[in-house]
Amino acid sequence: MALAPAKSTPLTLVAVDTRSPPAGRRPAASAPRPPSRWRLLWVWLVLLIVPFVAPNAYFVSLANMMLINVILIASLNLLMGYGGQISLGHAGFYGLGAYVSGVLSVKLGLSAWAGLPAAALLTGLAALVIGIPALRLRGLYLSMATLGWNAILVVMFNRLIDLTGGPNGLLGVKPFALGAFKLDTDVRQFPLLWLVSLLVMLAVLNLLSSRIGRALRAVATNELGADAVGIDSFRTKLFVFVLSAGMAGIAGSLYVHVNQYASPETFSVSNSILLVVMVAIGGSGFYWGPLLGALIFTAVPQLLLNYEDFELMLFGLAMIVVLIVLPSGLAGLPAALRLRLGGARQS
Amino acid sequence: MVTSILQLLVAGIGTGSIYALIALGFNVVFKSTGAMNFAQGEWVVMGGMISAMLFGAFSNIGLACLVTVLIVTIVGILSERLVIWPLRRPTPLMITLVSIGLGICTRSLVMLVLGKQPVGYPGFSQAATLTWGGVSVQTQTLWIVGLTAAFLLVTHLFFERSIMGKALRAAAADREAAAIVGVRVETTVLLSFSIAAFAGALAGAIITPLTLSSYDQGAMFGFKGFSAAMLGGIGSLPGAVVGGLALGLLEAFGSFYISSDFKDAIAFAVLLLILFVRPSGFLGRADVVKV
Amino acid sequence: MTDCLLRVEALNCNFDGVRAVADLNFDVRAGQIKAVIGPNGAGKSTLFNMIAGVTRPTSGRIWFDGARIDTLPTFRRARLGIARTFQNLQIFREMTVLENVMTGRHIHGEVGLLGTLLHSVALRGEERSATEAALELLARFELDGKAHMRAGDLGFGQMKVLELARALAGEPRLLLLDEPAAGLPQAEAEHVGEIISALNRDGVTVLLVEHNMRMVMSLSHDILVLNNGMRIAEGDAESVRRHPDVLAAYLGEPQDA
Repeated sequence: MALAPAKSTPLTLVAVDTRSPPAGRRPAASAPRPPSRWRLLWVWLVLLIVPFVAPNAYFVSLANMMLINVILIASLNLLMGYGGQISLGHAGFYGLGAYVSGVLSVKLGLSAWAGLPAAALLTGLAALVIGIPALRLRGLYLSMATLGWNAILVVMFNRLIDLTGGPNGLLGVKPFALGAFKLDTDVRQFPLLWLVSLLVMLAVLNLLSSRIGRALRAVATNELGADAVGIDSFRTKLFVFVLSAGMAGIAGSLYVHVNQYASPETFSVSNSILLVVMVAIGGSGFYWGPLLGALIFTAVPQLLLNYEDFELMLFGLAMIVVLIVLPSGLAGLPAALRLRLGGARQS
Repeated sequence: MVTSILQLLVAGIGTGSIYALIALGFNVVFKSTGAMNFAQGEWVVMGGMISAMLFGAFSNIGLACLVTVLIVTIVGILSERLVIWPLRRPTPLMITLVSIGLGICTRSLVMLVLGKQPVGYPGFSQAATLTWGGVSVQTQTLWIVGLTAAFLLVTHLFFERSIMGKALRAAAADREAAAIVGVRVETTVLLSFSIAAFAGALAGAIITPLTLSSYDQGAMFGFKGFSAAMLGGIGSLPGAVVGGLALGLLEAFGSFYISSDFKDAIAFAVLLLILFVRPSGFLGRADVVKV
Repeated sequence: MTDCLLRVEALNCNFDGVRAVADLNFDVRAGQIKAVIGPNGAGKSTLFNMIAGVTRPTSGRIWFDGARIDTLPTFRRARLGIARTFQNLQIFREMTVLENVMTGRHIHGEVGLLGTLLHSVALRGEERSATEAALELLARFELDGKAHMRAGDLGFGQMKVLELARALAGEPRLLLLDEPAAGLPQAEAEHVGEIISALNRDGVTVLLVEHNMRMVMSLSHDILVLNNGMRIAEGDAESVRRHPDVLAAYLGEPQDA
């Protein structure tokens, strides 16, 4: 590294690196930036084609599930990848959203359009209640608290039979409807799910490229530094936790009105853990991670339809391989390859 | 009335010993890596299921359990070498995450190879129960308590007296300082995984005659063992014993006096209570847990 | 008569029986550059951390611009106009250089959650002006060329500058600098000194802890010398340089001036 000549203007600094980067350090490269809004729109427009090219309605129902999973996995990605907290209980928030919306529909005859915001709000509130004590704990213990919380929720889903239908599930949930037009077939549900998932992804994008988004990432990477610039770390952590839970609640509400049914098994701790796996495989902290994770989460069980016992094995192996070989996940693959090739060219 | 209390006491100490073993496994790995090992519960399941399989082959329960524990310890060693050791940045977070993958793989392997049917085998003694002064006790429970106590004693001596044990404690206390004085930190991590697998397998092998063993119990064992570890103070080896026994007794008395439906919920409630009220548990250090 | 911007009154800090800071009183006047020096273990870091909000004083009071701050958490002090740098650098390594500085302007943002999620006109305007301000600041430090580089990939000297830029982005009135010259060769340290001088001329009050004596002597209007947690001298460079207690503290025995 050459010594630049000292300048006379008082604010410049001689740019001498007093320390050469350690071996194996990546060469100077741009940090991954969230994509532009146009890129998001383009990708979603491609997805819009699905009902037209789908071979049958079942395929469309898979696409519907994938869109719901995108919202769910994006909510956890926001928390894990940008907020730096690992929730082992996100399926619980998913379930809370589903049951709130479903029960309001079954017991009070409330329209799904009212159930959706109700689910988001109540899930957010639950996250606030559990988050205030839990976020004072260090990462690992926060995760275990979310796990415990999920387990308690499942016990409640199972035991409050009068309300939730217990282990047999909640039946008779009404679908979304536009007046008399009910969105009760796969093809009819697709546009709504497409729209909601687009709006959610757009909101996340807006958040990430904003002051609040930067504050979030600052607290996740370096709390001391965040404190020093005036960011209230605790409030920020609570905020992203509540927001993430609310998003999961939205996914839950969509789920219950699309399937017109919910059962406690879907929202187990094991599924929460699987969601963490999907975030990691998709690429934690990468904008497109959730889309890739949702694709895998939805497609793999279909591909392994006759070998469903191997499904779990595959996910477990993928998780291990990703963490060891490709910690930035699939979404980080292009950047990782670029660096690998760039590095090779330099030497 | 007194007899039922005594019976609950015995039952509580019995399950408590199992939880203590599993908690020990968690604590040992936690001490040397700072991470939560999600495969711990699966090793317990392996202990039970492989013992059942070998019992079919050897017809000698003691031999089957012994060989099983050795096999699962080797599995623990292999797990560490294949999954933990290759990590470029073995931070507690990364190790925890990779152990999630490991736990999932271990569980599916068990399911694929050993099947989904629950399995069991008779207890170690000929007589299944012992009655003493009106109190009926499962002989297997006595075996559990005895073997657990023996294992804890050996572990205690190992950590206090042997060079390897002290090296492990040193590396757990301060990785860099230990490395400077010549302790091979990677080896201590390997050792801690082996001990954890051994403890887990032992727990599984000795509890199976009472509860049967099936591939999907891993999560529950792991979770309860972790709750016990937190209760006693995460990272504290004597804490594992205190926490395990406390949880076992809480479950035994709780399910009798409150409701047996919610027995499993007791462990969750205990965990949350500990985390929110006294994260350091009985014997742990507060600075470990709070931000 | 210039105002007293920072006042420390009867400040004490005990750690398990060790008195790190003992009954300290001093002022920092607005517009000053004040340095705190002293041999190792004198209590400089503890004092610094108490003013910054990282360490709680055992007793005593700290006033900033007339308001009591010793009970406030760090981030609230930042919002009052106190910025700081760290001896061991606490930049946001995973964010870009530009984002680091923009984050420094956090307290000047007003658009809330709804406006953010909806990408309102107000947000767009705020982002634009924040970016411009950050780029301008980076340009002053000649880091604008690296604006989109990952902060963790910078060289050590550049990281120190970045942290300074981030601290300035919040337009603080008081800048706390924790060993700004540490780890830098003399030429770079001098340039950091020039930067600090220029900032001070722009109106920023500076309180720094530093071991580099050349920098301290050439830069500071006022110097506070600590030893064993207590003040042993305070004054301008000349008087401190000759002070017998200061010499004794550093050299261990009385010296003829």
